[in-house]
Amino acid sequence: MRSRRQASARPRASLLLKLGTIFCVLFLHVPMAFIILYAFTTEDKSYVFPPPGLTLKWFAVAWGRQDVWDALTLSVQVALTATVMALILGTLAAAAVSRARFFGREAVSLLVILPIALPGVVTGIALRSAFGLADIPFSFWTIVVGHATFCVVVVYNNAVARLRRTSGSLIEVSMDLGANGFQTFRYVVLPNLATALLAGGMLAFALSFDEVIVTTFTAGQQTTLPIWMLSELVRPRQRPVTNVVAVFVIAVTFIPILTAYWATRSSAFAEGGGK
Amino acid sequence: MTGPSVSSPETLPTPSGDAAAGIGRRISRWFYGRPGIFLLLLLLPPLLWLGIVYVGSLFALLLNSFFAIDPFTGMVKYELTLATWKQLFTLANFDIIMRTVTMAACVTVGAAIIGFPLAHYMARYAGPRIKGLLYLAVMLPLWSSYLVRLYAWKLILAKEGIISWIAAHTGLSWLLDALLALPVIGGPSLSVSYIGMFLVFLYIWLPFMILPIEAALERVPRTVTDASADLGARPGMTFRKVILPLAFPGVVAGSIFTFSLTLGDYIIPGVVGSSRLFIGQAVYLHQGTAGNLPLAAAFSTVPIVIMAAYLMIAKRLGAFNAL
Repeated sequence: MRSRRQASARPRASLLLKLGTIFCVLFLHVPMAFIILYAFTTEDKSYVFPPPGLTLKWFAVAWGRQDVWDALTLSVQVALTATVMALILGTLAAAAVSRARFFGREAVSLLVILPIALPGVVTGIALRSAFGLADIPFSFWTIVVGHATFCVVVVYNNAVARLRRTSGSLIEVSMDLGANGFQTFRYVVLPNLATALLAGGMLAFALSFDEVIVTTFTAGQQTTLPIWMLSELVRPRQRPVTNVVAVFVIAVTFIPILTAYWATRSSAFAEGGGK
Repeated sequence: MTGPSVSSPETLPTPSGDAAAGIGRRISRWFYGRPGIFLLLLLLPPLLWLGIVYVGSLFALLLNSFFAIDPFTGMVKYELTLATWKQLFTLANFDIIMRTVTMAACVTVGAAIIGFPLAHYMARYAGPRIKGLLYLAVMLPLWSSYLVRLYAWKLILAKEGIISWIAAHTGLSWLLDALLALPVIGGPSLSVSYIGMFLVFLYIWLPFMILPIEAALERVPRTVTDASADLGARPGMTFRKVILPLAFPGVVAGSIFTFSLTLGDYIIPGVVGSSRLFIGQAVYLHQGTAGNLPLAAAFSTVPIVIMAAYLMIAKRLGAFNAL
């Protein structure tokens, strides 16, 4: 007890707490390591452990698979389009909510959060039944509409957090110095918002690239990469190819996540949390 | 924190002379006198999208639940009726709801127990560097691919997979067999048992529990724990009487995520686990193969109602201050 007092302000953790922490970190990360290991296995009929041998040939096989390429292309296109839409809608909503107090302001926040607060299956089936009622056939754009709907919130959260910390006097100074509204936006507001929007956009991309629950309802016969993976999960046909694609997806999603982390380091990354 | 940055002022065009800037000036001046209109313009696109398209779809869904399938033709009859709702309250459906809620509750408790040490260590013991790393260690799985992480567990839980191998090489196969022989939660292999499904749910939603607990613990001032120690409490007592109660709203906040996410998921029960249905699967099957959109719509209100009740309780427990 006394020795703890003499130590610096930060107390030392008990052994039990350290073990619990290590266990939790391992639990979160070891399963990913197995995916990477399995991408090199020579066994293609089962998930036998340990792998009987290691090979690189599945990477070549996966590279030559046109269905994987098609799914990947569609996923990237959808994610990019949905991200752009989410950036526009999310920034607008954030700007409105943070610049004024108005009737129904709380309702706007709620509205933005609703698509991720409700279970994905509800969002999916609601959009599907709406498309059905309006006689809209499934297309690229039906997927995008679904994705943009729940991506808005990540951009919104990041932008609102940043705007809240940006002092309003900065804008007044800009106006006082003779800049008009557009110039103030271009030279004062946007530079301040840039990294928050970068982070929000990156996370929106990651969210859309990975989304499967809403997509199954709005895609019709189209196959995005997650839908391709899901069909392999339910009925495994080419286990080694799936393993390679899984490794690829890990690599692709880590890039935007790390970028978002870097862009908002020491500030509001947590506020993007909550898929 | 990056300080407020302002682009170099010399790039600003001079106010006079430039025609484009003149128009910009006039437009912005016009809006400056009419902030209401400007606000409306800002709000219009997001409101149109979320308010009309999204909430409209939700209402369309709700409306659907008041139609019913014609038992003879199997087509949806578009007249208002409560028949579908009557169909929802049958014993079989009640089973599905209970099964899902039980699983969601187990996952929530499990995530709180496993996640608490990490959150506690992060908030109160880790130095800034370690803390940053741990933060990233929680964030990466939270945002990375849901399906890939589920797939990892398919590999791990498979009969010929890692867990069986470890059990065989540590002489614990009897324990695994005993677990799988348990009446309800067992099964022929981990990948088709409730134990396996529980592990997968726990793994996938755990980061959502850790972050709110960490945030709540972060707000406990060091002076409070010091005071507790000064008043003679041993560390264990301080933990039980001071830290735990103050962390509780964080646990409740985290439980909102783990509970709601488990409640609505239909992919994990389909990939890992027995053939008995969960709420999400029931919704999916009714709208898909069964073609009974009204019943699917009615079913999809179940998780919403449960979550609304849950949120009301959570609000009472102060969870929203910890978000």
